[in-house]
Amino acid sequence: MIRFTLNGEPLEIEADPDKPLLWVLRDDLGLTGAKYGCGQALCGACTVHVDGQPTRSCQTAVGDVAGKAVVTIEGVRGEVAQAVQKSWIKLDVPQCGYCQSGQVMAAIALLSAKKKPSDAEIDDAMSGNLCRCATYRRIRAAVHEASRLLGG
Amino acid sequence: MLNLSALGALADSTLSRRRFILGATAAGASLVVGYSVAAEGSGQPNPFVAYVQIDPDNKVTVFSAHMDMGQGIYQGVATLAQEELDADWSKIHVVGASGNPKFYGNLAMGGKVQMTGGSTGTASSWRRYRVAGATAKAMLIAAAARKWGRTPDDIVGENGVLRSKRSSATATYGEMAALAAQEPVPAPVALKEPKDWKYIGAKNLPRLDSPAKSTGRQLYTIDVRLPNMLTAVMIHPPLFGATMKSFDAAKAKTMKGVVDVVATPRGVAVVATGMWEAMKARDAVIVEWDESKAEKRGSAAMLTAYRALADKDGEAVAARRGDVDAALGKAAKVIEARYEFPYLAHAALEPLNAVAWMNPQGVLEVWGGHQAPDLYQAAAAQVAGITPDKVKLHVMKTGGSFGRRATPDADVIVEAVATAKALGWRAPIRLQWTREDDMRGGRYRPAYVHKIVAGLDADGRIVALRDTIVGQSIAKGTPFEAGLVKDGVDRLSVEGMANQPYAIPNFRVDLTTTDMDVPVLWWRSVGSTHTAYVLETFIDELAHAAGRDPVTFRLDMLADKPRHAAVLKLAAEKAGWSNPPAPGKFRGVALAESFGSYVAEAVEISLDKSGAPKVERVVCAVDCGVAVNPDMVGAQMEGGIGFGLGAIVKSRITLDDGKVRQGNFDTYKVLRLNEMPEVEVHIVKSAEDPKGVGEPGVPPVGPALANALFQATGKRMRVLPFDQTST
Repeated sequence: MIRFTLNGEPLEIEADPDKPLLWVLRDDLGLTGAKYGCGQALCGACTVHVDGQPTRSCQTAVGDVAGKAVVTIEGVRGEVAQAVQKSWIKLDVPQCGYCQSGQVMAAIALLSAKKKPSDAEIDDAMSGNLCRCATYRRIRAAVHEASRLLGG
Repeated sequence: MLNLSALGALADSTLSRRRFILGATAAGASLVVGYSVAAEGSGQPNPFVAYVQIDPDNKVTVFSAHMDMGQGIYQGVATLAQEELDADWSKIHVVGASGNPKFYGNLAMGGKVQMTGGSTGTASSWRRYRVAGATAKAMLIAAAARKWGRTPDDIVGENGVLRSKRSSATATYGEMAALAAQEPVPAPVALKEPKDWKYIGAKNLPRLDSPAKSTGRQLYTIDVRLPNMLTAVMIHPPLFGATMKSFDAAKAKTMKGVVDVVATPRGVAVVATGMWEAMKARDAVIVEWDESKAEKRGSAAMLTAYRALADKDGEAVAARRGDVDAALGKAAKVIEARYEFPYLAHAALEPLNAVAWMNPQGVLEVWGGHQAPDLYQAAAAQVAGITPDKVKLHVMKTGGSFGRRATPDADVIVEAVATAKALGWRAPIRLQWTREDDMRGGRYRPAYVHKIVAGLDADGRIVALRDTIVGQSIAKGTPFEAGLVKDGVDRLSVEGMANQPYAIPNFRVDLTTTDMDVPVLWWRSVGSTHTAYVLETFIDELAHAAGRDPVTFRLDMLADKPRHAAVLKLAAEKAGWSNPPAPGKFRGVALAESFGSYVAEAVEISLDKSGAPKVERVVCAVDCGVAVNPDMVGAQMEGGIGFGLGAIVKSRITLDDGKVRQGNFDTYKVLRLNEMPEVEVHIVKSAEDPKGVGEPGVPPVGPALANALFQATGKRMRVLPFDQTST
């Protein structure tokens, strides 16, 4: 039995501890916001927060999140999440949208740690999240916009 | 994606307007407007397909004949219908339509196939979605006038509300829908004049799917959940052209969560309760392959062979005017170059997938990114052993495509249906490729070699240009061959070069089509991915050799190509071309028409300490006719530029003895956020009917970058990608 909190709720599940968190979320718990893109922590589409840190759920064994707090895009709350999602919608960032759950989770983590990131800090925090539609210019602009909304 | 102008054999100029007429029907208390064969003179339109539906709660559904892979065609068709209908924009939603090519057929491809590709969605939709919206509006107004005892000219409808100008009567569209469905279908309806447009060309129309896509609520094929659904992963042959002899799944079948391991026409499917269980079990299956007919050549041997072929006359001639050889013989200066292009994977972020379920009514339901629904319906029916009318397709939004989900052999659809069938239809099957399956699954942009030669006269004018193209045909062996391949020339291999715009008196394009057994496909902007690169870097080289400015050198050859010339001038002006770049900055420019849209891009770069280029800024000018959604035109240009840059600089698929070397994004490199330049998009104001924007942003960026790099380094980049060090 593995215990952790998921989107603020305590959870107990019976699972192989080696099973990647991504597939526990998607196949066992029906939370499909985190996406499968590469399975090797190379694209960022599966990004969730573990104890507030942006984490690639495809390469995180569910056994390793025992006792920790997991937040997926379905469960993000608070002013940073609101500012990020509002900015994403205002600037019409998504094209296909498949990577955007991961982008949004990475941006929330960045802005939670740093209210007013520089372009170089955005590069560092967000370049691991691939977007094949290349919405990168708008992603960067939306991070700055969210920062502005947060008073950064 | 598919070239719209090339589908000659599929075009049907006799497609009768009488058969393709507007109809309307009631569905409960909803008004449904669409197209039918027998609406005229008969009570019940049949068959009938819906374009616009208005429900009693004022919800408006627009049925899109085109699939949305991120390019935003759902927004486009909604905008077109909305322009005439003027519903409550917040109540509009769009769903993918399929099932009747006669009425959802792509008008830009002749109307006989339903197909998303070739950047044709807006062109195909331009008139009919406005007509559908206008018809629904006219019927709503007629019903309101009748109910309120007014004349139709007293009724206005705006933002989803009907009101009488001279009385106090009001009603929502939804409240009037049931009565409107009883009104006769008006024919013809008048469409608004461009000066009266409120939505077409509007800069601030919110994109309908941004909220769902920013909050994780958008559902893709990978997210489809059905009761008792099982997940299948494939074991594909290790070489293209290899076939399965036998397999041993004894160990795999004992593993936790594994349900079955079955043969399909395209490999072995491992079926389990979930993706991880299926992937783990896959490693335990032992398959014996017959590789006797497989492709075993590697990239190096292939390129050696292609180079030798490019040195000879082509096996076919794709374009010829004047006498190139004679003109070259008299030229003051002759320049020659060879270019090499690798295979490229589409590498959309959602790996290929499909869900197949034989429902209790005996209808096979298939969820997927159906870019070619007619083909997929037929393929699914054939595998299932049923008739196509018993196949219902659910058109899902997909995590990209870039052409990959318009596959003539319906690869992943066949696998999903064959797997579900092999399990005796006892469960819905979600068939999901891994990233490695997707990367190694073929259907690449073909590899090409070009040999190009040109002559300048004493005044520095191009007197002759000859290009010889060597590579595989995309259309050969597909249902599109008859329409696309003529006299040995696949138009997809030569587009962008055979129809190049410059006034060059002696001109010839040769083509030799090769026989590599590596499956190939249209990849965002198709032929222009390589032809525009060759043409536009070579024109730059000729301008340099002639001592001319690359912009005026081109403009002198574009006297009778005003739309080409206009975008080139605009991009140059906005990039500040007439002033030299700042110290340490270097510029290049390129121009390409593709799919009826004209795009010029000026690239500004700097060099980092290692000498690698950093693309600082791209200024893009586009003429796509009427810009239905200007912000989305901008988005597609930005995206096309980023997609093109990554490929030109970093991406390649290579083969070792027939085996694909790359498997994931560590070895198949694509553009990342820190490499994305600033992009400015300038749209030419135009009254021409709209053309596409999904692909045309891609072709100019590579050559513009290469031309800037030449300014910085004096080196011409002729072997792609620029980075030859990665795997």
